[in-house]
This record gives sequence, structure tokens and C-alpha cells, in this order.
Amino acid sequence: MIGGLFIYNHKGEVLISRVYRDDIGRNAVDAFRVNVIHARQQVRSPVTNIARTSFFHVKRSNIWLAAVTKQNVNAAMVFEFLYKMCDVMTAYFGKISEENIKNNFVLIYELLDEILDFGYPQNSETGALKTFITQTGIKSQSKEEQSQITSQVTGQIGWRREGIKYRRNELFLDVLESVNLLMSPQGQVLSAHVSGRVVMKSYLSGMPECKFGMNDKIVIDKQGKGGATEEAAGKRSGHQSIAIDDCTFHQCVRLSKFDAERSISFIPPDGECELMRYRTTKDIILPFRVIPLVREVGRTKLEVKVVIKSNFKPSLLAQKIEVRIPTPLNTSGVQVICMKGKAKYKASENAIVWKIKRMAGMKESQISAEIELLPTNDKKKWARPPISMNFEVPFAPSGLKVRYLKVFEPKLNYSDHDVIKWVRYIGRSGIYETRC
Amino acid sequence: MTDSKYFTTTKKGEIFELKAELNSDKKEKKKEAVKKVIASMTVGKDVSALFPDVVNCMQTDNLELKKLVYLYLMNYAKSQPDMAIMAVNTFVKDCEDPNPLIRALAVRTMGCIRVDKITEYLCEPLRKCLKDEDPYVRKTAAVCVAKLHDINAQLVEDQGFLDTLKDLISDSNPMVVANAVAALSEIAESHPNSNLLDLNPQSINKLLTALNECTEWGQIFILDCLANYTPRDDRESQSICERVTPRLSHANSAVVLSAVKVLMKFMEMLPKDLDYYGTLLKKLAPPLVTLLSAEPELQYVALRNINLIVQKRPEILKHEMKVFFVKYNDPIYVKLEKLDIMIRLASQANIAQVLAELKEYATEVDVDFVRKAVRAIGRCAIKVEQSAERCVSTLLDLIQTKVNYVVQEAIVVIKDIFRKYPNKYESVIATLCENLDSLDEPEARAAMIWIVGEYAERIDNADELLESFLEGFHDESTQVQLQLLTAIVKLFLKKPTETQELVQQVLSLATQDSDNPDLRDRGYIYWRLLSTDPVAAKEVVLAEKPLISEETDLIEPTLLEELICHIGTLASVYHKPPSAFVEGSRGVMHKRLPARTGSGEGTECPDVGNAAGGSAPEAAPSIIPSQGDLLGDLLNLDLPAVLLPLMGAGFGAAPAVMPASLNAPVGGGLGDLFDLGGGVGMPMGAYIPPKTVWLPAMKAKGLEISGTFARRAGVIQMELVLTNKAMSVMTDFAIQFNRNSFGLAPAGPLQVLTPLGPNQTIEVSLPLSTVGPVMKMDPLNNLQVAVKNNIDVFYFSCQYPISMLFVEDGKMERQVFLATWKDIPNDNESQFQIQDCHLNSEAASNKLQGSNIFTIAKRTVEGQDMLYMSIKLSNGIWVLAELKVQAGNPNYTISLKCRAPEVSQCVFQCYEAVLKN
Repeated sequence: MIGGLFIYNHKGEVLISRVYRDDIGRNAVDAFRVNVIHARQQVRSPVTNIARTSFFHVKRSNIWLAAVTKQNVNAAMVFEFLYKMCDVMTAYFGKISEENIKNNFVLIYELLDEILDFGYPQNSETGALKTFITQTGIKSQSKEEQSQITSQVTGQIGWRREGIKYRRNELFLDVLESVNLLMSPQGQVLSAHVSGRVVMKSYLSGMPECKFGMNDKIVIDKQGKGGATEEAAGKRSGHQSIAIDDCTFHQCVRLSKFDAERSISFIPPDGECELMRYRTTKDIILPFRVIPLVREVGRTKLEVKVVIKSNFKPSLLAQKIEVRIPTPLNTSGVQVICMKGKAKYKASENAIVWKIKRMAGMKESQISAEIELLPTNDKKKWARPPISMNFEVPFAPSGLKVRYLKVFEPKLNYSDHDVIKWVRYIGRSGIYETRC
Repeated sequence: MTDSKYFTTTKKGEIFELKAELNSDKKEKKKEAVKKVIASMTVGKDVSALFPDVVNCMQTDNLELKKLVYLYLMNYAKSQPDMAIMAVNTFVKDCEDPNPLIRALAVRTMGCIRVDKITEYLCEPLRKCLKDEDPYVRKTAAVCVAKLHDINAQLVEDQGFLDTLKDLISDSNPMVVANAVAALSEIAESHPNSNLLDLNPQSINKLLTALNECTEWGQIFILDCLANYTPRDDRESQSICERVTPRLSHANSAVVLSAVKVLMKFMEMLPKDLDYYGTLLKKLAPPLVTLLSAEPELQYVALRNINLIVQKRPEILKHEMKVFFVKYNDPIYVKLEKLDIMIRLASQANIAQVLAELKEYATEVDVDFVRKAVRAIGRCAIKVEQSAERCVSTLLDLIQTKVNYVVQEAIVVIKDIFRKYPNKYESVIATLCENLDSLDEPEARAAMIWIVGEYAERIDNADELLESFLEGFHDESTQVQLQLLTAIVKLFLKKPTETQELVQQVLSLATQDSDNPDLRDRGYIYWRLLSTDPVAAKEVVLAEKPLISEETDLIEPTLLEELICHIGTLASVYHKPPSAFVEGSRGVMHKRLPARTGSGEGTECPDVGNAAGGSAPEAAPSIIPSQGDLLGDLLNLDLPAVLLPLMGAGFGAAPAVMPASLNAPVGGGLGDLFDLGGGVGMPMGAYIPPKTVWLPAMKAKGLEISGTFARRAGVIQMELVLTNKAMSVMTDFAIQFNRNSFGLAPAGPLQVLTPLGPNQTIEVSLPLSTVGPVMKMDPLNNLQVAVKNNIDVFYFSCQYPISMLFVEDGKMERQVFLATWKDIPNDNESQFQIQDCHLNSEAASNKLQGSNIFTIAKRTVEGQDMLYMSIKLSNGIWVLAELKVQAGNPNYTISLKCRAPEVSQCVFQCYEAVLKN
């Protein structure tokens, strides 16, 4: 299991060092600094073996988190734990920075003591931790409170405490998708997928039992067989079903139930949680198409023309559009003309950045640029990195629709109708690239 | 006020000041001081001198302060064992505290204090805590047993904690169960043979129930523990799989990977024709793909594991090529791993896409990545024959870029392509030669030299090219030197007239001026060969090369099996067994996949994996004469004296004995030597069926023909006995074959020179070739023959044993065997029984080898010997066989796999004939 956990600043100075196992000595701290942080070369692997000791590291801004072990640990678990550790720290004191870590080092030690015992990860849900690990020192608790804490930390529903009350029961669902694309210069889709998340913010009293439904093809098809009336209803509402390649759920969702009936039921944690992640590859609506044209005019000049076309309902508006056109390293000057938005050559980033605030569906716009090059005798050809794009659209490119989210709380006197529900769809660009 | 100020106290006399503060009456000041101490400890300062003062602060009701003191204690108790005793009382008291959080904290910290004297005091509180009413205390106590075991294993056993821990597996709280499982698994690892976990269907059921309820981490502990269990039969295996599959949808990648591990392992036990088996295979792909959208570090772990899974069960991800395409912003470690998997998944169906991608990658910035991409193009060419041409042209394009390392890498892979498809792409040699000067890496130089040597007859200035390398001979790396030596000898054998000087030069450089024993050995061997028998030299040096296999860097099957059992762990990331990087006894136990428990019909490929990789090394000497034996035979031979100094007196003296002129052949010594080489492989003669009458005299106007077939020294012979039972003399014999399945045809005329008188008999043997016209016959080994004499033309048909067509180089590389076995669809497998055969497996193997049926590996499973064999037919068809021999059972089972399953029946007949005679 994990033998020790170290946090370093960018210089390699230790900020936190917690050793869990006897086989990890103080010299391990230095070994990592010398061999990884101070190494001359770029890091070639997130797992490093130095003198029979294995180091797992992740970096957050310029802070290094390293887990150390001498045993054959579950590597996936160690990384998951390191990410979790980052989440917990962020939830407690915001951004992970040298200053924040130094300011909260006592708290961090306390957390490390709680969430990792002899190298075995323990309950690390922030909601539960915050009930008994506080920055202000523990207040004296009544006996009931104490046992409530322990039963929550160890209980089956470790992510929610009992006795939550709200005057207004409200929940927000965000369907956040990032659409990824790799397109050939000829406009052929090399790969495209949507990775989406359903984020739920709930302010519900008691222990509400929730059921979430969406236009999952498997469910819709199953219901379609059920009876003609439902089928008709399905058609009337115009729902198109989508094929989900794979999905994963927050630990509150009953997985065996999903496996057997494909129904998503759960008792949500209070406040925000990521209910589900999913991935689709079929019938993706690609919100933008990028058409590049690069022409080399002699050895010292490049002509670039890029057209973007929006491909969604004209009534919808895409926002924060940014097209990034890479330029060679030996660029000496750039002239840009664009019909819409603003474009600038950024020498430090070796790219022309073209920004458009808003663009409606079914429109097109174009940019053309002349790039002057310095003559070089570099034999290496310019690698021509792909043109990348960023944007935000108010729909889900996968076609996912929330059909319902039902709330039942048998003990308290509010019903599904009393809960105010909000649903929002946001589609963002993931890695959206067109080769040129 | 923040805590960061504690990091910045570097004054002199600091320790002294801290001491004062620690002993202050004010609580706040005390707390401040302890924080300063912890900060100093973190940055590595020695604050052990403050031990008594810090311990004094322990008795407080302020939980934050208490935790800080405990933290200090854990760090320094070991260096101050006597002082640490002072803390014991507080611990014992805290273990009785009404607040469960404090009870747990005390027991948790106490376990971390590694002082023998303290552990004695720990036992009683621990015993209580293990039975505490509060689950939070129990789950902490469970881990504490593992801590204590790490300090003093004997104590834990004596105190009976292990039994209490076992009881906790049935606890009502899932988290207690999970921690108990984790603790027991760890303890069990250091006692490999103890049945600590005592996994049985009942306890497994409990674990599976807890699996649905506990935290993500707990699920990982339980799944990892489940993976160590071996189900009793396929039904149990299936029911566990069914209950584990929902975990594939968990958001935590480690839960997913551990679930994949359990499934991959238990799948081994499911019969392949089961519907559920197919369903399970389908269910595995999506979660594996989803892992690739995790953070890069996890992607890396996932990719290393996918690499193993793809080798073990290629069918799972064969349609998912696209998700492994490299993204521009992927970290380099993710890119390299993706590339590896892309090559493994490349097939005829997706090769066009893959090549297009690889070409893109070859223009990227990272040198390692580019090199690997170029290499990947070469591997695609070798793997997918249809794509070879496109690959070669892509490589040529890349050579044109003149980027140094791209060119070098391309040349290395083109060499392999030449090996795989000889005489197909030599037109590119000219382009390659243009780049000769830019090569500075040994591997690329060696590859180029090999190409020049191999195709010396087509390169006009081959001698000049090679000579140019010779100038700096001693500065080259060994790889290049060896290659240069061989290349020049090849050149000499091809163009002996112009290159005599060159070859003399390289031989003397290699044998006289070099310190490298490999180089000298090779030099001497060539020298001897050339000087004694240039014809033999030609046969040796210019011999046909064995095929190169498609998959070069496959993980050895036993290791692969072990790694599959370690999916998700460090071992799977390093691709090394835990024993390679874990010290001590922990985790050294080798894990293995379970074997199928169903009835013995049809063996699965993984079993073959075992056989070839695992037990073969032990078995090999008994079947195949090892090199040692060969050398022994060589030395026992009565060789001419010339050879003796070479073998006996060391190499230094040898050149003096050598004849000056290279072309003078000396005696037959070396010739014998090489004949022997052929002979050793055949400890017994090939099986020759008895002669049968093919053409009775009644039907052929008095000519009776009987005969048989034999294979002698690699030549197929038709041995005929012609008897004249008529009254008149027969002359003018001739023979002709109809078209047949394997293209058998007479290699010469029928040698009956003298007229055959009445009642005379003559025996003739007719050498046959296999290059005649082909037509499929029924049965396959049927041969229609026409014999003519002065009287008439007679027709008959006979059946030859297919073993005549088994060629001498039919011994497959073990790796190739494995790959081929997997590659051939299961539908092509056929199974036969050989009744009443009383040989043991070794004798059988020897006997079969006489007929060019080569045993590649052998292993023994429960008293049953499994022999894996390969056969190559004269037309290049490979037949793979698995022979099961059980001691005391005269019935053998044989399974044959072949791309052309029609031959199986004939091959089986051969087996039967050979084994029974």
C-alpha cells in the first residue's frame, strides 16, 4: 500500500511529508527531488522507480504531489487517491498553491491522517470529512452528534447526513458535454466523441430517493415494446434516443440496479455532485466545421485561409468562439483579415488567435492570413500542428435529453411536484482539431 | 494569522526557544510551539531533542493539539523508545474515551509507534477496539492488526487477533468488512501458504454483498481480494462475474480496473461456446475505452494494462482502433503507449487509417515518439502483407525528408521488410545507398551493411561501399563489426574474383586485431569454412533465412498470465512480476490464471501459452538435443588433425595451421561436420510404410508394380519394384503423374536401363519434386500414375503418406507457434484419437521427429503430458498439433490446427502410422 505521501513546491522543497510505512525512509524524499523534480529531461512517466522504490506523482500548477511505495500496490488506486486528495484540499482551502499549503499544513496533516490509514485510503468524501475535520478546531459535540459522525463516515450512505432541511426543495441539473473531434484536411472525420457529465446540485430535505431518466436508446427501445400508447407518447414528444457507449456513476448510484434494469436510482449527496459521466460516438452533432487552406508560396511565405461554418439551429447562439491557427517557428510577420470578430498573431504562442464573441447557427465566416517567414537552414520540416477550436453552445452535441428526475421522500411531507427543478445543457469544445 | 510563518523560523537557539514555549502555561502558545515543531520536522530538521516537552503536551482535550502531538510521536518514537513509554498511559486512557473519534485516533496512532515495549501495551486496547460498538473504531482497529503484524507477527498470532479479524469479514458494516479484507490480504501475502483468507463460496458471497455497499476504496480492496480466489467450476465463476460486472460503470478507474482483473481471470474458466462468454467479452470493451478519458496519469496506467489485455484477448478491443489515435496534446508517455497498442491492433481492416496516422506522427517533434512511429510503420508492413507496399513507399517519403534520425530508423525497419518479403522491394536499395553517409547510429549502420551484403549481387559498387566501412573497423560497435564481417563474406561468396583481398582483410581484422570473443569466433568459423569447403560455406552463409515473426515484442506467455492476475497494480505498469521490484517475501508468490475445469475437449490457446512458455525449458533437453550434446558429439568425432588445434588449443594458434590459399579444400572433416548437423536433428529414421501392390499383373499385361514412398535426406523418393510376370521382355519404361494436390512430379526419368526379362524383378527409386502442376485430389493424398513400356500404357492410383511432404525446417519458433495457434480460428481445429499406442511421450516425440514432426514444447499437467508440435508441408502449409499422452493410457488424443483444415485427416493418419510402427 502507499508507504508515504510528499508534497513539494516547484523548487523541490518539501511542504508536507507523511510516512505511513516503515520501509520508506527519509531519503525517499530526496530521491524523488533529485531524480524527478530536478531531472534535466522532461518527465517520461508518471510512475518512476528509483532504487526499488516506486513514486507516483501528479502536478497541480507548480505543486508536486508524490505517493511512495515499495510494494506492488494498485497503481490505479494510488492515482485516484492523489486526485481525490487534490479535490479534498481544494474543497477545504481553494486553489492548491504553495502559499495555501503552507497556510493549512496542520489541516493537511489532519486530513492525511484521516483519509489514509497505514496507506489504505479511507472515506474521503468532503461532505463527510467536513463534519469533523474543521480548521477552527473541533467543537465539543454531544454524544448523538459523535455517533452520527462515525456512522456517516462508515455508513452505507457515507456521502449524506441525516436531518437535512430546506425550506424550498430545489435541484439543478447541468448536462455538460465536451465534444472532441479530429478531422483530416479533406474534411473526413478521423475520430469524434462526446464525453459528457451530468452535474447535479440538490437542495433537498431528508433522505430523498431519486430516479433519473434520459433518452437512452436501450431504455427507450425497451419501453417501446411495452405498449402502443407509450410508443405514441414517445413519438409525440419528439424524443430521439441516443446510443451511449459507456457510462460511469457517482458512488451514490446503485450500480447493480443499473446493470439489471438500466434505471438510475440514488440518494444524492447534499449540494453539488457529478452524478454521471458518459461517452457517445454515434450521431454526434458537430457544432462547427473548420475548412483550412494552407499554401506555401516560395520558401518565405505562407498563405492561410480558414473558413468556419456553424452547424446547428439558426435560433441558437454559440459563444466564446476561438480559432487557433498555428504558425511556424520562423514566422517574422503576419497580416490577418477576418470578416467577423478579432484576430491577432501571438508570437509567444506561435499562433494566430481568432476570437468571435457570438455566432448563430447555419452561418459561416472566414479569415485569411499571410505569414512571412525568415529563411532558415533548418532541415526539419515544420510539423504543422492542427488548427484547434474552442466554443460553447447551448445544447448537448450528443443529443442527450433529460426525460425526468423524480424525487421521493417518504418520511417528509413533500412530493415530487413540490421540488423545483432546473435543467441546462452546455456543449463545449474538448479537443476539437482539424489537421491542415 | 496563518500557519505559513512556522516555516520561516531559522533563528539560532531555536530549539531552546521552542522548549520554553512548549512548557508555557498558555494553551495557545503551546499549540503554536507544537506547530512550529511539526513544520521543522517536515522540512527535515531534527527536533527529536524536544521529545519530552512535546509528549507533555499530549494530555489535552484539544483534539487538534492531540493530533499534532501524535504526529510527532509517530516520527520520533523509534529514536527515543524509552521516552515513548511515557505516552502509553495516555493512549490506553484515550482508548476508553467516550468519544469514538478519540478512541479510533488512539488505536490508529498507537499502531504506528514501532517500539516493541509499546506493542505489548497495545494488545489489550486493540482487543477491545476490535469489538467496539462503533463501526468507526472497528474499521480503524482492523487496519491496526495489520500494523501490529508488520511489527511483530508472532504476537498477532499468539493473541488470536487473526481470528477476530476473520470474524470482522462478517461484520454488518461494509467499511469494516473492506478494511478487514485489506488487512487480511496483506497479512496473507507474507504467509503464502496459510489459508488465512479462507475463501470459500460462503465468504465470497459475503464479500460480494459488501461490494455493493462500501466506499470506492473498499470496493477496490474487495475486488483485489476476489481476484485471488479460484472458483470451483465454471458455474460459480459465471455467477461471480455476473455480480462483478456492474462495477465496470463505477466512476473510480481503479474500481473498474480491479473489476476487469477479476473478470479477465475468471473468464478463463468459462467455456467459450457459452453465450455468457461472448456477452462478457462485449461488456469489457466500453469501460476500457472510457478509461482513456481519465486524467493522463490514469490513462497511462490504463494503457499499460490494455497493452496486456490486448495481448491476452485481442478480440476485446479489435474494433476500437480509433480511440488509440494520438492527440496532439497527449503527454509523451501516453502517446508512446497508444502507439504500442495501435500496432498490436493493426489488421487488414484498419491498416489504411493506421498508416495515415503513423505518417502524421512521423512528422512530430518528440524524437522518441517519431522513431517509434517510423518503427511502427515497418511493423505494420510485416504484420499486414497487403499493406507492405504502401508502408515501403511511406518510408521512402520519410527518407526524403532527410531528417537524420527518421532516415536511420527507416533503414532499420526496411531491413526487416526485406527479410520478410525477399526479392520484392529491392528497387529502393539505390535510395537507401544515397543516405549511407548520414548514418551514425550503430543499429542503422548495421542494417545498411546487412542490406548491402544481402544484395551484393545487385549493387554494383557493393565492394566499395563495404570497404568504406572497413576503414574505421575498430571504432565501430560490435553490432556493426559482426554485420560487416558477415556482409563481406557474403559478398565474397557472390563475387569471389574481385573481393578476395577485401575478405582477407576483414578476416584478419576480426581474428587478429580484435579483443571481442564473439567477433573472433565468427571470424574463425568463416575462415575455416572458406578455406576448407567454399560450397559448404555458401550453404551456410547464404542459407535461406528463417521467417521473422510478426509480433516481435510479445510478452512471454507465463509472464503475461501472471501480469493479467496483477491488472491495475504496479506490476502491470512495469510489465514485470512483483518479485522483480518488491523486496522481501511480500508479493513474491507467483499468481496464475485458473485452468479450465470442464471436460478435456479442445484445448484453449492460453494453455498452449503455458506449455510453450512455462514448462518447456525443463522439458526441452529430453526432446531436442541441446547445444551441449552437439558439441560433445563433435569432439568425439574422429576429426582430421587440422581441426583439433582449432577446437582444443585455443584460437590464438589457429591461423598458423590454416592453409594460405583460401580455395584449397582440406579433407572431408568439415563436410562430415556439416552432415552431422543435419543428422543430429534426426535421431531415428523417417517412417517408411511397407510396400504394397499398386498395379497387379492381371491388369497390366504381366507387369506388376508394387512400391512405397520414402523421404531420404530431404528428397522424396518413390520406391518401385517392377516385376515382369509375362513371357516377353519389357523395355522402354517411362512414368508420368497426373496433376495432384501437392504438385508431386518425377524429378527425373524412370531409371530402368536394362530390359526386364520374364520373371525378373527390378527395384528403382524415383526422386520426386513438388513443383509440378497442382490439382486438388480426393482423397487429398491420392496420386494417379501412368507407366508406359514397350507393350502399353498402364494407369494406377496410389496414396502416399503425407509425411513424405513434411520438410526438415518445420520446427517453428516458440513465439511464432503461439501467435499462429491463436491466429488460426478455432473452427479449423480437429481432434482425433489414437488407440492402443504404448509409447511414452518422449519416445513418441523422438519417433515423430524422425518424420519431421517437431516437438516444440512439452508440459505435464496432472500426469498428462502435452506435446506441442509443428509440421511444415512442402507447399508451405503449417500444421500445428497438440498431443496428449497420459501415462498408462494407451489412447492418445491429438488436436490439429491448420489454415487448410483439409489436410488434418491425412496428417492424423501419418501420426497413427508413425506411432504404431
